[in-house]
Amino acid sequence: MSRALFRLGLVLMLAIAAMLSPAVIAQEMESTAPYAYRQLDDASQEAKAQKLMETLRCLQCQGQSIADSDAPIAGSMRSLVRERIAAGEQPEAIRSWLIERYGDYVSYAPRVSTLTWPLFVLPIALIALAAFLLRNRFVFGRRA
Amino acid sequence: MIAELGLAALWLAAALAVLQLVGGALALTARGSALGDLVRPVAVVQGLLALVAFAALIRVFAVTDLSVRLVALNSHSMKPLVFKIAAAWGNHEGSMLLWVTVMGLAGGFVALVERRLPERTMLATLAGQAFVSLGFYAFLLIASNPFERLATPPAEGNGLNPLLQDLGLAFHPPTLYLGYVGLSVAFSFAIGALVTREVGPAFARAMRPWVLGAWIFLTLGITAGSYWAYYELGWGGWWFWDPVENASLMPWLAATALLHSCGVLAARNALRAWTIMLGVVAFSMSMVGTFLVRSGILTSVHAFAVDPQRGTFILALLAINIGGALTLFGLRAGTVTEGERFAVVSREGALVMNNVLLSAILGIVLFGTLYPLAAEAMGAKVSVGPPYFNPVSALFFVPMLVVLAVGPLLRWRQDKLDRIGKGLALPAAMVVVALLAVLMIGGAGLLPYLGLALGAGLAVASFLPLRDRNLRRTPLPIWGMVIAHFGVAVALLGMASESAYSVERLVALRVGESTAVGPWSVRLASVDPVAGPNWTALEGKLEVRYAGGAVEVARPQARNFWAPAQQTSESSLLTRWNGQLYSVLGEEASDNRWQVRLWWKPFVTLIWLGGMLIALGGVLAVIGHVLSDWRRIVARSRIADRRESQGR
Repeated sequence: MSRALFRLGLVLMLAIAAMLSPAVIAQEMESTAPYAYRQLDDASQEAKAQKLMETLRCLQCQGQSIADSDAPIAGSMRSLVRERIAAGEQPEAIRSWLIERYGDYVSYAPRVSTLTWPLFVLPIALIALAAFLLRNRFVFGRRA
Repeated sequence: MIAELGLAALWLAAALAVLQLVGGALALTARGSALGDLVRPVAVVQGLLALVAFAALIRVFAVTDLSVRLVALNSHSMKPLVFKIAAAWGNHEGSMLLWVTVMGLAGGFVALVERRLPERTMLATLAGQAFVSLGFYAFLLIASNPFERLATPPAEGNGLNPLLQDLGLAFHPPTLYLGYVGLSVAFSFAIGALVTREVGPAFARAMRPWVLGAWIFLTLGITAGSYWAYYELGWGGWWFWDPVENASLMPWLAATALLHSCGVLAARNALRAWTIMLGVVAFSMSMVGTFLVRSGILTSVHAFAVDPQRGTFILALLAINIGGALTLFGLRAGTVTEGERFAVVSREGALVMNNVLLSAILGIVLFGTLYPLAAEAMGAKVSVGPPYFNPVSALFFVPMLVVLAVGPLLRWRQDKLDRIGKGLALPAAMVVVALLAVLMIGGAGLLPYLGLALGAGLAVASFLPLRDRNLRRTPLPIWGMVIAHFGVAVALLGMASESAYSVERLVALRVGESTAVGPWSVRLASVDPVAGPNWTALEGKLEVRYAGGAVEVARPQARNFWAPAQQTSESSLLTRWNGQLYSVLGEEASDNRWQVRLWWKPFVTLIWLGGMLIALGGVLAVIGHVLSDWRRIVARSRIADRRESQGR
């Protein structure tokens, strides 16, 4: 009896260990996120997907895009992007869908909004400031 | 015992910093001038004591003394010796100790050799240096004692993050710190000059080697850090506009502007207040960088040391130092006259443009890095990344490249564009030819096209200042400038080529199967287990051929470290003259296939080659300036001797 229990325990432990091994996780990813580590066959679609993936943030990692990460969520998001591109969806539509789901944080390309307008005013302000500061710096004409 | 010795040395060094500050400040007043003689020797001894403390820390790490808390938390007895030593500064406390050590030694060195400036300016400078150091000593001794003991030492240490167990990264932080802290000397010089109001060519010549030196180390640090991220993170990216990368880029941008304005001040006695301002800004950026990295307020691949309480301390230091310096600047800037004036079309004019554009890029990087933090503080999360930084910084970078091509050909004070027009015909033709060529090849975006075309033009233009010169008699700083500017062109070509022409291939291969990436054919020959001192790994053997040529072998690894337990992928890089084949071995997929990631990156190595050329240019400039200063000093003392002997 106790020996049977011991065997059962051993089998269970081995099964759990096998389930947690990287190879098994990788195989599971293959079925749930088939395009995590696989490119689209159409080169122009793949280029489109790649360009979009480089501008989406991996939510689990720190400061990496989903195109630069081995984290499982990055893999699922890569697969999602590739599948939707393959289905003919436009990259910006996919970005909007992801932002709706995960918030602005997911996109590395800030949209112009009440929250982000200073980011876009800044370059213009800097040019104006430079012009203003330089106005008196130079002596024009022959006086120099 | 060694740890206690280190702690004692640290306290003594801090005490001497107090003496240096008070002595220097009192010596500036009429009554305290007797204290003036004390300041220089105190600065030297302070630096040496900090060095003793740092040596003690290296020692406890080298022998893995686990009764020291820092060692137990960050090291492990089974690590190779070089990584045991590198672990000494691969953590918060150790890196701060490295900071004060470098700062103390730099201050001591200035005290020992710098004799050109008026003594009062020197006293104010050394007092300023002591003031900044003191803040960091307080930080170490109060909030982050590196020598703290554990009552019961653990049997084994926690180990060092495997990503950091890499030779490139072992020396990346010290290199950056040398740069950060070198700028502290420029900062102290600026404070000293503000206190005594003595700003002029002599001041610029004294400050320049420090700015150049710091700038060289920053350049090397950024270049090495970028290469590390490229091969260690396993996805072939070399710049992410990650906040920690930006933290090293911002002081570099400020230092680049500063060394150019220093040149104007030294040669033409112009841009006085502006140069002082940049001196303050450059070191402020170093401190902001340290704050971002060390406080842990960032979510970033690099933020390995996380402790918000310490962040508050650094923030307070930041506010005191920068706020104090800017207040002093505000009070005194009005009395520092701007100096000689000049025309728009002149060498000075071009350098002012350079400074303005660099400052604008600095502003954008700073704002874009801090904005998500500010937004988060107000309860909203946004991300600012490459889609923002690339085009917006290009807005200023492209005109800067034009100024970079034209500026060195202009004369000081006043010049005419007609005069140099002919010389620029060749680089302009290069830009057009390159642009047509890349447009015909096609397949990339606007920015890579611009980069390739401007890079080609700049590569030619950077050598134009050597025209009509006797190459043997050309001063070293001119060579330095030419090589550094050429380095900018080389790096730009590498970046543009990488982003325009990289080819990616992700496949799952059985052993024996083949695939292709760009001009390469790749066959997975075998996957074998291998073991290192503190890791085991699976190593893929990839037989690769370039355009049907001879077979070469790439061996990417998937490593498992056990202290701490973590997986890393060691990419394999096969370098050819025209690019790199980058390969990574991923997980085992179903039915015995292995995930393999491959990239062919044409001319990607030019990025880091360019970085090294820029640094080499800086080295030549430093040598040239120091030699000519030395000659000037020798000549002057000879004249003085002769006068004296004639007088008799």
